[in-house]
Amino acid sequence: MENQDVFDKVVEILKPFAKNEEALGNISLETSLQKDLEVNSARLVDIVLEIEDSFDIEVSDDDADGVNTVGDAVKLIVAATS
Amino acid sequence: MSKAERRVVVTGLGVLAPNGHGLDEFTSALRAGRSGIRHHAHLEELNFACQVGGIPENVEQFQGQYLSADELFAMNANMIYAAIGAIDAWKDAGFEVPGPDVEADWETGAMIGTGIGGIDTISQTLGPRVDAGKVRRLGSTMVEQIMSSGNSARIAGLLALGNQVSTNSSACNTGTEAVVMGAQRIRDGLATRMLAGGSEGHSHYIWAGFDAMKVLNRTKNDDPAAASRPMSASAAGFIPGSGAGVLMLEELESAQGRGARIYAEVLGGALNCGGHRQGGSMTAPNPNSVQRCIRGALADAGIAGTEIDAINGHLTATFADPHEVNNWSKALERAPADMPFIHSTKSLIGHALGAAGGLECVASILELHHGFVHGSINCDDLHPELEAFAGAVVHETIDLPSLRTIAKASFGFGDVNGCVIFRKFA
Repeated sequence: MENQDVFDKVVEILKPFAKNEEALGNISLETSLQKDLEVNSARLVDIVLEIEDSFDIEVSDDDADGVNTVGDAVKLIVAATS
Repeated sequence: MSKAERRVVVTGLGVLAPNGHGLDEFTSALRAGRSGIRHHAHLEELNFACQVGGIPENVEQFQGQYLSADELFAMNANMIYAAIGAIDAWKDAGFEVPGPDVEADWETGAMIGTGIGGIDTISQTLGPRVDAGKVRRLGSTMVEQIMSSGNSARIAGLLALGNQVSTNSSACNTGTEAVVMGAQRIRDGLATRMLAGGSEGHSHYIWAGFDAMKVLNRTKNDDPAAASRPMSASAAGFIPGSGAGVLMLEELESAQGRGARIYAEVLGGALNCGGHRQGGSMTAPNPNSVQRCIRGALADAGIAGTEIDAINGHLTATFADPHEVNNWSKALERAPADMPFIHSTKSLIGHALGAAGGLECVASILELHHGFVHGSINCDDLHPELEAFAGAVVHETIDLPSLRTIAKASFGFGDVNGCVIFRKFA
């Protein structure tokens, strides 16, 4: 899967959880889920579950803990699907 | 001002009922005697004996105007109904929904009760996933959806409430109990405003237990609007309902100081339990406790039974209706021929369980505010034991500009009772 396709799908997954509309509008690989998008920290586990379902992968707890930015999520997904 | 002098008034109302959302729709439905009871195919498919019920309509179409996708992700029907009712009451009282950066409002709290709570979440998600060994697949939202206080906790976040925020639960007395408790907190000087009322989701998992008890009417699946029949000779059980009814209770000087519209005064109230004695049980009321509760509310309000103009009864359409009316007569010390108007909002919306008291308090206050008593439908064939009270039973809506004082009571499983007295503020 192309990185851009992964990025687009990750953005779609993040949309309902993002509280900062402006940050969502300017989203990039460097965007932080919590600091920029203001995602509730409790919802990170739900985002990981959505990623698992969308890409048919399994994400370990350690890998999930390492996801801070959109780029972290894309990198993890690309690695798991390639 | 001493605490004893603190008076409590109603400055906002929110209602999400099976026969209407918002004050205009609900008032219009009450006046017109419009039933919100419908046949529900999923109940028939699941072999329910009672296949009709009251569910607020089209909520999915407008819930997004109240709640973000992130909030809805962690909310079940009970929580959504409570939030819509509370936000509507809040705005109706003249307040704006606050932004994320304001300080908490230390003077305003919420007592939004529920009878059963998030059993849909438990039944559809929690149980099946845990039993399948998929605990990890639960995600983060289980606890906030199944904790009893989930409905009021969500409201606190939506409205930045900083006073007491809690969820009471006393079965079918829940909503009325919340109003009595909320008013008392304000009278005690512990809060200036309390959102008070009740909510209940429409989950068939809630209704199944009542269906199995054979306390729901199974005879009118083909005629839903005629299914809820309080005070009728052909009453054959209650009809389950759902929704939310929320009142903004406010200390009088606060309300007057900000020029708020005052719908009514909460003149007094009482709560008690029959202790499952003298005929009381888990499912039936001790008549002595019912009468004591009504008398207690009158005493708290400082009025005599003769001052009650109308009763919005508990009146569910079970065998207990004639007993209830007789208890009212004894407690008010008024002979059957001298009884105030009596009617049942449940005839239109069913029995909304934990939301019932909240919804019926809203109905009562709208009646006071607009000067009418809505018709109690489906009791043209009045129960023979109520013949002596026939003159008091309101079948068709009557305009009553002189309506000044209304008593609302709820009686719940557990032998628990609540009664509140509202008076038009003048």
